[in-house]
Amino acid sequence: MQPLIRNREFLLALVVIALIALIGLRAPEFVTPGNLAQVFTDTSILMMLALGQMAVIMTRCIDLSVAANLALSGMVVAMVNAANPAIPMPVLLLLTLVVGGALGVVNGLLVWRVGIPSIVVTLGTLSIYRGTIFLLSGGAWINAHQMSPAFIGLPRVEFLGLPLLAWTAIVIVLLVAAAIAWTRLGRAFYAVGGNPTAAVYAGLDVGRTQFAAYVMSGLLAGLCGYLWVSRYAVAYVDIAGGFELDVIAACVIGGVSIAGGIGTVGGAVLGALFLGITKNALPVIGVSPFWQMAISGGVIIAAVIINARSGRRRGRLILREAQAQS
Amino acid sequence: MKLLKILAATAAVVATLSVVQAEAAPVRIGLVVKALGIGFFEAANKGAQEAAKEVGDAEVIYTGPTTTTAEGQIEVINSLIAQKVDAIAVSANDTDALVPALKKAMDRGIKVISWDSGVAKEGRLMHLNPSSNPLIGNMCVLLAEKVLPEGKGDFAILSATPTSTNQNTWIEEMKKVLPQHPGMNLVSTVYGDDLADKSYRETLGLLKSNPGVKAIVAPTSVGIVAAAQAVEDQGLVGKVYVTGLGLPSELAGHVKAGSVKSFAIWNPIDLGYSATMIAYNLVKGKAEAKPGASIPMGRMGEVTLDEDSTGAMADPFVYDAKNVDEFAKIF
Repeated sequence: MQPLIRNREFLLALVVIALIALIGLRAPEFVTPGNLAQVFTDTSILMMLALGQMAVIMTRCIDLSVAANLALSGMVVAMVNAANPAIPMPVLLLLTLVVGGALGVVNGLLVWRVGIPSIVVTLGTLSIYRGTIFLLSGGAWINAHQMSPAFIGLPRVEFLGLPLLAWTAIVIVLLVAAAIAWTRLGRAFYAVGGNPTAAVYAGLDVGRTQFAAYVMSGLLAGLCGYLWVSRYAVAYVDIAGGFELDVIAACVIGGVSIAGGIGTVGGAVLGALFLGITKNALPVIGVSPFWQMAISGGVIIAAVIINARSGRRRGRLILREAQAQS
Repeated sequence: MKLLKILAATAAVVATLSVVQAEAAPVRIGLVVKALGIGFFEAANKGAQEAAKEVGDAEVIYTGPTTTTAEGQIEVINSLIAQKVDAIAVSANDTDALVPALKKAMDRGIKVISWDSGVAKEGRLMHLNPSSNPLIGNMCVLLAEKVLPEGKGDFAILSATPTSTNQNTWIEEMKKVLPQHPGMNLVSTVYGDDLADKSYRETLGLLKSNPGVKAIVAPTSVGIVAAAQAVEDQGLVGKVYVTGLGLPSELAGHVKAGSVKSFAIWNPIDLGYSATMIAYNLVKGKAEAKPGASIPMGRMGEVTLDEDSTGAMADPFVYDAKNVDEFAKIF
């Protein structure tokens, strides 16, 4: 076992706590339990998407279409709800999962069966999914008064002081953590990303594992599609525009290696929380909007540098010594 | 001889007929919109038909492409030229692309004006803006004053991006008229970048760091919806009001929920009405479109043109619980 201080998740957790404390010095109202619960709720969607993205990144792929998938799934359920408010919520939840999952299947099949590089596939499907929303909706918005009260209200139902949105994230985090730790597929994510050749010799189908990661990312994006649309009570073509970058940033901050094979559920969750706290805190402490972007960007790069340093392997040192001697 | 006589008689009759026809023929105005099937423009057509009915001898040809493209509009304009309409009033999909087609129309004596979304100066006689920046800024301040207790207290602005030209101009105009409203205190301007989630978060941050804020003005349609939702979720309905610029269909739910009392946007019916009235008056020679001129617009009063031959129709129209449902069906 690594000593605690070298444990990346432990370090990141310390950084998150330090961040909260630092904000608290400037804006004490930010650190109240009620507000922290709100920040957690606000970060729920990012957290769930980061878990899906983590699975994909671990298999040496990337899913740039998560936000577009979220927007399309959200638009579909919003339109169905607007057209027929009588359809019960469980059916709509199933629908959003089916749509999101199907879009994930498209990504997965293109990567697995057609063998196109994942960045190209998802760059393409990103545009296709956004375009499809426009075709479906004709560019029109679905607004609060067109949605049924149950549709808007469900994620806001409070249970033990937290809204259902936050509980959904907690349950998903636990489920994914269990799946990654104890299922064959979860271990396959690590194996396939860590060393694809060895994985093949061990009897693992690399493409199929990548396909499974995409479907998982798609299912989560579908679920978040409904949650997003009901949280902001509006659906239109551009919702969550550029959010895929936040999702990838959360993974990277959380120590998920872009090269594949490395990553933990705890890391991804902490990465998402870190971003969520920064995003929520900057407006409260009144930082100029021009600085906000620079600070967010700086934080991401700083986190990656720290991660890269702690992840540096011995082998490199030996090489450098060898280089110095020659 | 006989043949000649008949020919002459026929010619005379034809001439008389055409003169008669020219007198009785209604003024035909082509109302060209960005695309057919958009609620906003359907409503503008409603106003245009109202204007045609009011003057009696006008006929509005409501037309446009099926998608919002400049090519489609050029086709439509060419067909209007072939139909020899008297005037074309266009809301353009492209400032410059329509100019050659519209120039051709003007060469043939057709009076061309643009409205809502303008074309370059060479392509039209005048342009009718739905409102003007000073009027919009002023209206935003008035709306905020209306929801502040006794018109006094702290309010904040939720804008789009820090670099959006429209919003920045409107905020400048708001600040210009603020000294006329003592007691109103602008505490902060935050930027939601026209993203629902960022606008929502900025609103939460605003309410947290400025608990005294009683009104939020959002001159952006994404922002106003997100701010209203945030106020509702925080249980601050009745304590904090959101106002600004937005569309009735997007805000009807929030007006019902109580987070938005009133908001403003141009009234498309009035806009279509005014554009038609202007086109009619130009054809009839009742006014001339040149810088500094005033052109009557029926019940909407007069529009005065600036040095670019551009004029503003009126104050933004205010929507509240009384009329929002009716307009929500339109746009």
